[in-house]
Amino acid sequence: MFKTLLTSAIFAGVAVGLIAAVLQLWLVTPSLLEAELYESGSRIHFAVDGSTQSDAGAPSPLDDPARHLMTMAFNIIVFCAFALFIVVGYALTERAGHDVSPRSGLIWGLAGFIAVQLAPAIGMPPELPGTVAAEVELRQLWWISTVIATALGLGLIAFGPWMAGVAGAALIAVPHIVGAPHLDTYFGVAPPELSAHFVTASLGTSAVLWSLLGLFTAIFWTKFKDA
Amino acid sequence: MRNETPPVGCDGAWRLKMKNEAKVATLNATAAQTTDMSLVGILGAAALGMALLFAAGFAQASVMHDTAHDQRHAMAFPCH
Repeated sequence: MFKTLLTSAIFAGVAVGLIAAVLQLWLVTPSLLEAELYESGSRIHFAVDGSTQSDAGAPSPLDDPARHLMTMAFNIIVFCAFALFIVVGYALTERAGHDVSPRSGLIWGLAGFIAVQLAPAIGMPPELPGTVAAEVELRQLWWISTVIATALGLGLIAFGPWMAGVAGAALIAVPHIVGAPHLDTYFGVAPPELSAHFVTASLGTSAVLWSLLGLFTAIFWTKFKDA
Repeated sequence: MRNETPPVGCDGAWRLKMKNEAKVATLNATAAQTTDMSLVGILGAAALGMALLFAAGFAQASVMHDTAHDQRHAMAFPCH
């Protein structure tokens, strides 16, 4: 069982990790590199004369290939970890008599996107380099609690009776009622347009990657399980 | 303990019956074992996923932070 879980998670995780690296290098990394110009002070928004104008344009992502190779390596690790959680979900729900197919895998992937990316982003938007925010431990605690509450809530909605579904929906709402940790001051150094662009690119690419992760894990899981 | 003796002339059928019963018993034993082992496997896979996610997404050591920097930002992990 462990071998089947491991092989299907690694096959899917490596494939999606590689696609993630390409999508991020194309759509997300340029915003990060551009934001670092503001973080380091080599570009300044709201310069001395108070103008809101600043130059647009990101440094070439090809300047530092070693950095992007590390990003690729970490994408593979992270998507293998997420893939392990999804196949653990497949194994547990199959024990309870639910079938896994590429179609249900796609829904698993979308649910993963909602739990791990979308729900935390409602309280804490993806942050550009240079963003000043509340204490990292508090934010990590809120992030992990939100991910767990949303995943459990979605699981109750998907697999429980309707009363459990209502409880699941309430569970999903709890972290947002509690509220994410925020500061009482804005510190942003980068233009808001750049931040907005980064956030939509981050969430958009994540949605694609999680959908693919659900699809690929289900394809490999159904293939290896019967082998 | 079986006290059934093979009827003369039906030796083949009796043997087959014995063989099948033994096979069913083995299958049942295997099924029980697989069930236990599969739970262990599932827990093991979940633990491995946690370890990978923590190392890649949350470890605060600066080497980990610098090398995972862009990936953490892109996936919106709260990392610094």
